[in-house]
Amino acid sequence: MNRMNLRAGVLSLMLLGLFLAVWYLATVPSVTDQTMSAADAEYAALMGQGSDKHEGFPPPATVAATFVHYLSDPFYDNGPNDQGIGIQLAYSLVRVGIGFLLATLVALPLGFVIGMSPLMTRALNPFIQILKPISPLAWMPLALYTLKDSDVSGVFVIFICSIWPMLINTSFGVASVRRDWINVARTLEVGPLRKAFQVILPAAAPTILTGMRISMGIAWIVIVAAEMLVGGTGIGYFVWNEWNNLALPNVIFAITMIGLVGMLLDLAFGALQKSVTYQD
Amino acid sequence: MSLQNPFNPDSRLGCSCGQHASETEHDAAVADEAAFQRRLLESTVMRALFPHDATRRKFLSAVGAGTALAAVSSLFPFEALAAMAQEKGPLEKKDLKVGFLPITCATPIIFAGAADFYAKEGLNVSLQKTAGWAIVRDKVLAREFDASHMLSPMPLAISMGVGSSAEPMVMPVMENTNGNAITLAMKHKDNRDPKNWNGMKFAIPFDYSMHNFLLRYYLAANGIDPDKDVQLRVMAPPDMVANLRSGNIDGFIVAEPFNQRAVFEKVGFIHTLTSEIWDNHPCCAFAASESFVKENPNTFAALVRSIMRATVFADKPENRKGVAEMISPANYLNQPPIVVEQVLTGRFADGLGKVRNVPDRIGFDPFPWHSMAVWMLTQMKRWGYIKGDVNYSDIAERVFLATDAQKRMAELGVEAPKSTYAKHVILGKPFDHSQPDAYLNSFAIRRA
Repeated sequence: MNRMNLRAGVLSLMLLGLFLAVWYLATVPSVTDQTMSAADAEYAALMGQGSDKHEGFPPPATVAATFVHYLSDPFYDNGPNDQGIGIQLAYSLVRVGIGFLLATLVALPLGFVIGMSPLMTRALNPFIQILKPISPLAWMPLALYTLKDSDVSGVFVIFICSIWPMLINTSFGVASVRRDWINVARTLEVGPLRKAFQVILPAAAPTILTGMRISMGIAWIVIVAAEMLVGGTGIGYFVWNEWNNLALPNVIFAITMIGLVGMLLDLAFGALQKSVTYQD
Repeated sequence: MSLQNPFNPDSRLGCSCGQHASETEHDAAVADEAAFQRRLLESTVMRALFPHDATRRKFLSAVGAGTALAAVSSLFPFEALAAMAQEKGPLEKKDLKVGFLPITCATPIIFAGAADFYAKEGLNVSLQKTAGWAIVRDKVLAREFDASHMLSPMPLAISMGVGSSAEPMVMPVMENTNGNAITLAMKHKDNRDPKNWNGMKFAIPFDYSMHNFLLRYYLAANGIDPDKDVQLRVMAPPDMVANLRSGNIDGFIVAEPFNQRAVFEKVGFIHTLTSEIWDNHPCCAFAASESFVKENPNTFAALVRSIMRATVFADKPENRKGVAEMISPANYLNQPPIVVEQVLTGRFADGLGKVRNVPDRIGFDPFPWHSMAVWMLTQMKRWGYIKGDVNYSDIAERVFLATDAQKRMAELGVEAPKSTYAKHVILGKPFDHSQPDAYLNSFAIRRA
């Protein structure tokens, strides 16, 4: 197993090296003739030649410099429109956190009820099926119009997109707890609350956490898009602002950060999932 | 703005504030006003000192009015208080959120922040960079923004409830004149005659924009029906540059610095500056909802004063380079300074290998002409954005606060136009604001 890990690691590094090499070769600048008259020289200066302007897709070295630049001071604050990457990520994480928490508070109890009652499952199913496939961003204009607050709207969009996977997985997990265990509980005359918390919850926990993990993944994808739309603060706003500046190195940097944070969130939920799963 | 020739025997210069016919009349009015303010202040202080009138009378008769005034004056700096009361009222709200889009049209709003003009008026303004015009509209309607940078047709549209719920808006100052261009993809560098533009695709930033109206006007004047012969797409400015690069659109009309940015990125060339369509045409505006102004009149006045001051400063050619440097960083436009500088100084690369020199490529004239609002309304009706009878001058005068602007410009010592209506010439065709419907009917291509 360890040998396998080592070999996989080496292979990953080789792939990364290959990727960077191709990127570098594809973006090698072409050499241009530098002799020109005075009028041409002014024109060239206005076109940004001689400065550190890069044309076309940025080479790896430029992007690396961008990484160093932003990561060396992630928490600077130059007023409301120019803040460090750390602050922007924190804004996004807080929005995701609040929306996700609210969704959990609604989805878990509701999922329990639905899962324990076949009647409720059938009655609510049509609503869930219709609401589930709606793109979260489609809610944005409606939210902005009714809630009249862009921050609250952002949180609402996270809430509405996080709720469905959790709801469906919770109800599925609850509904598919082994009949033997429920029957044992019934034989032992366990009360309904104790049955829910000591029999059903532990049995359904891995499925519930799978739902939460999927929800978190979606929420992180959605917040970036929502912030690009509304602007103001957050990592999505950062991407929009740098796109407005047509600054691709900064956009690439932001995309990488979004990926890294998303991976960390997923790893955290993966670990949580592992801790509630047991082998029988 | 027009400055009266002081050497013309027929011109009347009026007073320094512009509200009175002569300097003598002005002085009398000012003296009256000052005396009234002073009395008001004195009464207030005396009322505070002597809540019971009987006590006050007893006190005055005992020591005499002169001694009383001297005694009270030593405690209260009447002169200073009187001066302050006359200058400006107390601010109802000090912490304000003002929205802007990162384009050179926002120069006065941004520069007033960068140069601390708001702070000098006692305001704490937080400038909020915003992702698009629809978001600006929504945030103003939601009262997240107290006031905002807008496209000048937007307050008219919002007041009429076109493209949003109706909310009365007011526009005290225009931010800029000119400052836009039509940019074409490099492949069209030999296709400069708009008569041949049938089938082309253009990007515009918003429906209720001068960009949309000017492009439509320009196309229609050249026999191209903007709704049938070409495609107009609403797009964010950076998307326009990217789409021009990919060949997805043939050209766009947008605020600076994105035309210059397209040149800088070598993806397009400047076909025509919008000043060549209508010289000194209005573009962006500073607007707030009428309810905000009613609730916060002094705050609003202070806000307008700071922006007007910035507008007047930014208009001077000698300040342009410094202004460009101040508004370029990430906090504001987030653009390479060289690009912004070319826009503001008017010495720029056109994308076809020439350096052009157009000092009034962008201008900052704060005066919100009523006649300009009427023109915008005729175009909104022309293209079917508004239908039925339009009371042009009524809407124009309710939204564009030109009379108010005359007063505030005078306060800053800037000569304001005496009239709020003017004759404009667009692509050689004169526009008479008093005959809007006749003007509308004179166009061959129109929806209404």
